[in-house]
Amino acid sequence: MKLPGWKEMPEGIVILEAGNSREYETGSWRTFRPVLNKEKCINCLFCWIYCPDSSILVENEKMNGFDYSHCKGCGICSKVCPVKAIDMVEEVTV
Amino acid sequence: MKTKNLLALEGNQAIALAMRQINPDVVAAYPITPQTEIVQVFSEYVANGEVNTEFVTVESEHSALSACVGASAAGARVMTATSSQGLALMWEVLYIASGARLPIVMTVVNRALSSPINIHCDHSDAMGARDSGWIQFWSETVQEAYDNLIQAIRIAEKVHLPVMVNMDGFITSHAEEVIEPLSDEDVRSFVGEYKPTRMLLDVSNPYTIGPLALQDSYFEFKRSQAEAYKQVIPVVREVAEDFAKISGRKYELYEVYNLEDAEIGLVVLNSAAGTAKDVVDTLRTQGKKVGVIKPRLFRPLPVEELKKELSHLEVIGVMDRADTYGGFGGPLFGDIRSILYDSPNHPVILDYIYGLGGRDVTLEHIHKVFEGLESVKSSCKVENLVNYIGIRE
Repeated sequence: MKLPGWKEMPEGIVILEAGNSREYETGSWRTFRPVLNKEKCINCLFCWIYCPDSSILVENEKMNGFDYSHCKGCGICSKVCPVKAIDMVEEVTV
Repeated sequence: MKTKNLLALEGNQAIALAMRQINPDVVAAYPITPQTEIVQVFSEYVANGEVNTEFVTVESEHSALSACVGASAAGARVMTATSSQGLALMWEVLYIASGARLPIVMTVVNRALSSPINIHCDHSDAMGARDSGWIQFWSETVQEAYDNLIQAIRIAEKVHLPVMVNMDGFITSHAEEVIEPLSDEDVRSFVGEYKPTRMLLDVSNPYTIGPLALQDSYFEFKRSQAEAYKQVIPVVREVAEDFAKISGRKYELYEVYNLEDAEIGLVVLNSAAGTAKDVVDTLRTQGKKVGVIKPRLFRPLPVEELKKELSHLEVIGVMDRADTYGGFGGPLFGDIRSILYDSPNHPVILDYIYGLGGRDVTLEHIHKVFEGLESVKSSCKVENLVNYIGIRE
């Protein structure tokens, strides 16, 4: 994301685009990242329901990985997965 | 001949009258001496149904200005008033209002800050808010305070910045003066309908106000805010032109009094300017080339304009009704010296701190100031750059 110069700043400390928070990457301080084992996954989407940060990517009603730009690595998805299809892997080893 | 509509009003009553005529959408205010009467009289207008204002009675000045910020962001025309400790309690919200570019208009009835506790006039309250990003007008008389407040609405809403209108506590706020108010219709059409460029209550155009801006953006926001003050002076002049058409009273950025051919000049804010002008009249009859300049717009500081008015002087006295404890003279002194630092003839500039805590400033005091400046002019010797007048040794 290219940051605007001071002449391009909107007047009065405002953000004019609604829903812009997804542009702000908050996944940089994760210690453990969730990694999906597609072979085990049964697409129950428990992870999608429980993820507090909307970081489970779903396509055609199927679990399709993680939004690593916003996932904080809390591990809830891994904990709630009934088939142990999500492993938490230390970032440095990935 | 059209008869003039003249009224004998105290400063606070005149401010309340102006507020009634402006009829703001929201007023959130907390009473404090010597501003109390503004809130009291205005609340009577509210109770009598003479205004449509939503009057928010709050538990402190911090809350008063916070409520003003919320109402202004929501799209309302908002006014308030305070003094001294009240303004000090508003301090953090002052910066929020100016940073968010909210056109709130506030009367400040200048009063000394504690400690020791004191209810009388000096300028330490507003001078403490000097760098907060609020436009500051200063008013010598009741008439000027009334006129400045009405013009402040138009200016604030045009430049999207909050405005503070100052007048001296008790000396002006409680002094009865015959003034010529405008008609209600004239004020209403002069201020017009407030049309904010954006407002939170406009649900079809949602936006975020007041988000966190860290190392990557804070500086750009503040730099763009700094730029906003450059548009203020032309707007102040334009609004003054329009105001002259309905009132017959033409205001400049400052008032000059016998300054053009003067060799010695005095810079003074608010009510003491009247005393200074009186002394100048006397000294002029003795052939002394003395004059006065009374800044009306103090923030943003009209740097180039003041430089032009002052640089021909040989000796300048700056009257400060506030001190900068541990600093170098009063706040006005610092500004005036800085403005004239690179003027070719380098006037000698002295500071006179006066009237703290409501200590009276008399004709004698000002005579003494001019005597001191004259001896500096003839001897070219300066004993003290920063002086305190009217003080027991």
